[in-house]
Amino acid sequence: MAERTPWSLSGALRGMFQRPTITEDTWDDLETALVGADFGPDVTEAVIDELRANVERYRTTDPRDLQRMLRETIEERLSKYDTTLRLTERPAVVLVVGVNGVGKTTTIGKFARFLGTYGRSVVVGAADTFRAAAVDQLATWAERGGAQIVRPQQQGQDPASVAFQTVEFAKRTGTEIVIIDTAGRLHTKGGLMDELTKIRRVVEKQAPVSEVLLVLDATTGQNGLAQAQAFIEHAGVTGLVVTKLDGSAKGGFVLAVQEQTGIPIKLVGQGEGIGDLTGFTPHVFAQKLVG
Amino acid sequence: MATFGNLSDRLADTFKNLRKKGSLSASDVDGTVREIRRALLEADVAFEVVKDFTSRVRERALGDEVNKALNPAQQVVQIVNEELVGILGGQQRRLEFAKTPPTVIMLAGLQGAGKTTLAGKLAKWLAKDGHTPLLVAADLQRPNAVTQLSVVAEQAGVAVFAPEPGNGVGNPVKVAKDGVAYARSRQYDTVIVDTAGRLGVDAELMKQAANIRKAVDPDEVLFVIDAMIGQDAVNTAKAFQDGVDFTGVVLSKLDGDARGGAALSVASVTGRPIIFASTGEGLDDFEPFHPDRMASRILDLGDILTLIEQAQQAFDEEEARKVAEKFATDSFTLEDFLKQMQQLRNMGSIKKMIGMLPGAGAMREQLDSFDEREIVRTEAIIQSMTPAERRNAKLLNGSRRLRIARGAGTTVTEVNQLVQRFEQAAKMMKTVARGGVPQMPGMGPIPGAHGGASRKQAAKSKKKSGSRSGNPAKRAAENSGAATSGAAVPAGSGFGLGLGGGAARSVDAPSEDELAALQKFLGRG
Ligand SMILES: Nc1nc2c(ncn2[C@@H]2O[C@H](COP(=O)(O)OP(=O)(O)OP(=O)(O)O)[C@@H](O)[C@H]2O)c(=O)[nH]1
Ligand SMILES: [Mg+2]
Repeated sequence: MAERTPWSLSGALRGMFQRPTITEDTWDDLETALVGADFGPDVTEAVIDELRANVERYRTTDPRDLQRMLRETIEERLSKYDTTLRLTERPAVVLVVGVNGVGKTTTIGKFARFLGTYGRSVVVGAADTFRAAAVDQLATWAERGGAQIVRPQQQGQDPASVAFQTVEFAKRTGTEIVIIDTAGRLHTKGGLMDELTKIRRVVEKQAPVSEVLLVLDATTGQNGLAQAQAFIEHAGVTGLVVTKLDGSAKGGFVLAVQEQTGIPIKLVGQGEGIGDLTGFTPHVFAQKLVG
Repeated sequence: MATFGNLSDRLADTFKNLRKKGSLSASDVDGTVREIRRALLEADVAFEVVKDFTSRVRERALGDEVNKALNPAQQVVQIVNEELVGILGGQQRRLEFAKTPPTVIMLAGLQGAGKTTLAGKLAKWLAKDGHTPLLVAADLQRPNAVTQLSVVAEQAGVAVFAPEPGNGVGNPVKVAKDGVAYARSRQYDTVIVDTAGRLGVDAELMKQAANIRKAVDPDEVLFVIDAMIGQDAVNTAKAFQDGVDFTGVVLSKLDGDARGGAALSVASVTGRPIIFASTGEGLDDFEPFHPDRMASRILDLGDILTLIEQAQQAFDEEEARKVAEKFATDSFTLEDFLKQMQQLRNMGSIKKMIGMLPGAGAMREQLDSFDEREIVRTEAIIQSMTPAERRNAKLLNGSRRLRIARGAGTTVTEVNQLVQRFEQAAKMMKTVARGGVPQMPGMGPIPGAHGGASRKQAAKSKKKSGSRSGNPAKRAAENSGAATSGAAVPAGSGFGLGLGGGAARSVDAPSEDELAALQKFLGRG
């Protein structure tokens, strides 16, 4: 799927790197490309200032040098954090959170398969008891991903109790990894954010929570920052998952999210197929982005 | 984006040094335009649209209309607002219905935009309006989208056509086509076709969407887009316009805190009107789109009052501080009341000023019926009082009132009304000046009357007082509760203007933001 569109800034940057020398137009183009990739006005300005200083220092006028510097800057910024998933506890409990429609349930299906290929046994918990047909959707993904599923016993059951029962199931059966799906919620809704805190607290009565993954949709703009801040506060996020990178959106805002919150990107989703999930490698990401 | 402060604050800074100036220099305008540019980018308005927009604002701001304006800074803000509303469509557009039913409405958009939920909302809304909608399950891609649509249909109390199980099984073009035929034979008067989410760059799936469109020949194709989307809104909107050529736009998830700059991008790049706003997970969280509210939301102009009144030269800060003190200490007199009114008249543009407040439509109407002559009458009455009477309204007994009425060439009733208004205003302002929110019996809040500002406010107050219940079933109730949780606040202008007597009672209550601005004005902010 990913090869259908070259996900990168290369299109936006092509003209600029083909000019013989660096001119004011080059900087304008760079700004347009970075803003267009959702880096946001602040990061864009910071990156450009840094690059301008470098260009000055190394006295270069070659756009290819600039391209290399851009790649390095982005890679350096992205690799400040440890992207390893911590799943050593048994069971290792993973909570998946995020706003509506970002790809939580899909990610869980793909993640289950991902873990399965490493020989791990997985159970998913259908703690989205709110949205219509969410449980069935997760069940379909669990089947595709080769995971077991714990469903609510009745419609609209308290999500925290479903999460609790899932962990209980894992302990009873010796299942290694627990992934809890939660209902999408806008980060501005206090009551719903408190619900997440409660799910976490209830799970912790049984087992420590190994990872809380916040799913961010690459098409999101600057609001992604507000989302991240709220979910970190209420759910103790430990890692970011960026989805829908198979589209034309670049997801530049995650850089700002990482920098402002110190929470690393851990997984990347690039399609609706069961295999469209990978770990996050800053080098590859920067290479693909800048070319 | 609290970290950056909002545009109003930053513009207020930019404007500070303009207050004593009569006209704007090119560099004043550039500074302002830079701030606007930044705010638009933070609101995720597409860069190309931002560039275009700011150059137009710059041009107009340097033009004649601003230099001749009473208050150039204020005029610039007005220009920005006008341009925004202009792009967003100026007027609301309604759904087009077919001359011979069924009316066919097709939904299209990215994955996770909110199409399926919207299908339910639209159906419920139409049903309430006496229509008989049929939902057609043509998203055969996403796991259990068909089940989801069926559940939503049941919740909305409408029929669903779902012949295929989905999860990759079935032909969506055929389902859509059969759905319309089914509606025709069963006399459903509207058909809503839910389709799978797809990426703009997915040529194959875009083609499929185009084929669905061809097969059902819809009266409306609604492009559903998430209010939180970033710069990609433009690529996506263009791809859908080329692919299926939508007729209208629905902005979803507006209940969050995204500024929703995408609305501006999509409207300006495609020229298609935004018809609806989707504002929550409940099936009733759905409303016609209001361009003016969106304009102030994008620029976060909810507290524009602060800005204007800071830029406003008619009010002297020192004077305002003194008045505030008087309010707080109960020594506000009829003399002060008169002075204030005269100041208001000096401003000349109160109508315009209030007209710029987000969502002030209702207030604007009241203002239109407000008569400047009322100030003249008030002046006459107060001037017919003795200095002692002006300083102490309690002296005004029946015979004094009669004397005053005669002196002012009016009736005792009018004098009574004025005194009453004055007392009310003094009491109200005292509360406000002391930091409280005055209560006015019989003046309930008007839900949703303030657009962006009130939504923000509802979210805020919900954070504080929202139900702690973990029961998701209560969600819908919570959501609708939030809309009415705005503070009850007094009607009319806080300056004690009568605004034509009783009519003032039905004026919108000012929002928290406006009250805050008022407090700031009163020197306590
Ligand atoms: N193209 C693409 N689509 C994706 C990706 N991940 C998820 N989706 C699609 O996005 C839509 C929403 O995905 P879900 O997994 O239901 O999202 P969710 O966050 O669980 O949604 P709610 O539970 O409703 O909040 C579906 O149509 C998915 O197929 C991705 O990486 N690429
Ligand atoms: Mg889900």
